[in-house]
Amino acid sequence: MFAIMKRLFSVVLFASVFALATPTQADETHSQGSGPQYSLPKDAKSCVRDTAFMRRNHMNLLLHKRDETMHDGIRTQKESLQGCINCHVTKDKAGKAIKVSNPKHFCAACHEYTAVKLDCFECHRSTPDTGQDTASIPKIPAHANLLASNANNSSEAKALGRFLKGVTQ
Amino acid sequence: MNNTSLKDAYIEKTRRDFLKKAGAGVTTLALASGVTLMAYPQAAQARKPEEPVDPSQRWGLLIDVNKCTEDCTACVTACSEENGWKQGGNPGIDAQWIRKLKIKNPKSGHEQTFPVMCQHCGAPPCVDVCPTGASFKRADGIVLVDKHICIGCRYCMMACPYKARSFVHEPLTDQKSHAPRGKGTVESCTMCVHRVDRGDQPACVEKCASNGHGALLFGDLNDPNSDIAKRLASYPTKQIRADLGLDTGVRYQNL
Repeated sequence: MFAIMKRLFSVVLFASVFALATPTQADETHSQGSGPQYSLPKDAKSCVRDTAFMRRNHMNLLLHKRDETMHDGIRTQKESLQGCINCHVTKDKAGKAIKVSNPKHFCAACHEYTAVKLDCFECHRSTPDTGQDTASIPKIPAHANLLASNANNSSEAKALGRFLKGVTQ
Repeated sequence: MNNTSLKDAYIEKTRRDFLKKAGAGVTTLALASGVTLMAYPQAAQARKPEEPVDPSQRWGLLIDVNKCTEDCTACVTACSEENGWKQGGNPGIDAQWIRKLKIKNPKSGHEQTFPVMCQHCGAPPCVDVCPTGASFKRADGIVLVDKHICIGCRYCMMACPYKARSFVHEPLTDQKSHAPRGKGTVESCTMCVHRVDRGDQPACVEKCASNGHGALLFGDLNDPNSDIAKRLASYPTKQIRADLGLDTGVRYQNL
């Protein structure tokens, strides 16, 4: 009984400390205790559905909308990925929208926390479209890096050389 | 019938059409402005965002090769800017949704240039060979890749007789929000489907017209009153590799 009381007390203490410590951040960053830290849009009062529904089912809404848009050309903004991205935007100190590679990005925050791989942004952009950019290729291609790292490892390079020699003979 | 009575007859007809469509509540308001009367039929043509594509339509392009000049690549740059692909100096792997071709008659030396892109076939071989159903023809005739289910096998690239498709080899960031593109998927001309869906013309067509060439004409092949259908009905036109019987949506005039 004492143990339970102690635990309860610590929870209350933690909650009150947390509430006292973060009043200035309350409108900026939301958190579930030690859970993911994410920002909610400041000017929007509610999402397309309630929060509990969205937490569990946002992927189903997106999947449904994706097929409607792709195959039937239905381009309503509600429940579209573009709509999500345009509203759920997190800005850095310079006022620039942050990309999904930054863990503070609205999608990245929970997906990193729950270790669920996020494939949308392999093709879609993760920030609102300003119309200014062209799709950019990273300056050093991934395979060039791979070759460079292999070349540094001389034993690996020699082994590869021996193998190739064997193949060609 | 003189000019004035023609004009009166036109106004009377538009007024009656408008009254038929609008109903009595708004007539006085609308009749006060001639502009509203003129704009009304156009606005009625654009599809609403929540409406699915109309299978009675078939979007197509007509390219007048005589109006296409050799030194102009406006259609290619317009496409690149609109859809966010660019050539990074590696022709082996660079994306290319539209390209300018030059053909020469070896006997006479006569040369012609024209753009070639996805021909949006009525019977597309890329759709036939796709193992996942990612390559598909939309109900209005636009051939697309559903990159959500594309596995990047590139059978469609081999099947396409026009070499219209590209494969994305590198990871990308900052794509256009209306033209998602990603590593490991195949892509090609979408006939600017995002623009068509909101009632606009493809970027290449718009740019060619604003540059003063007007070599590209976009429209509904199935609508006998569309400019493109009228041109197809009055002039001889060609499909590239018509012998394959693919019923292309992109047609060429004076080729």
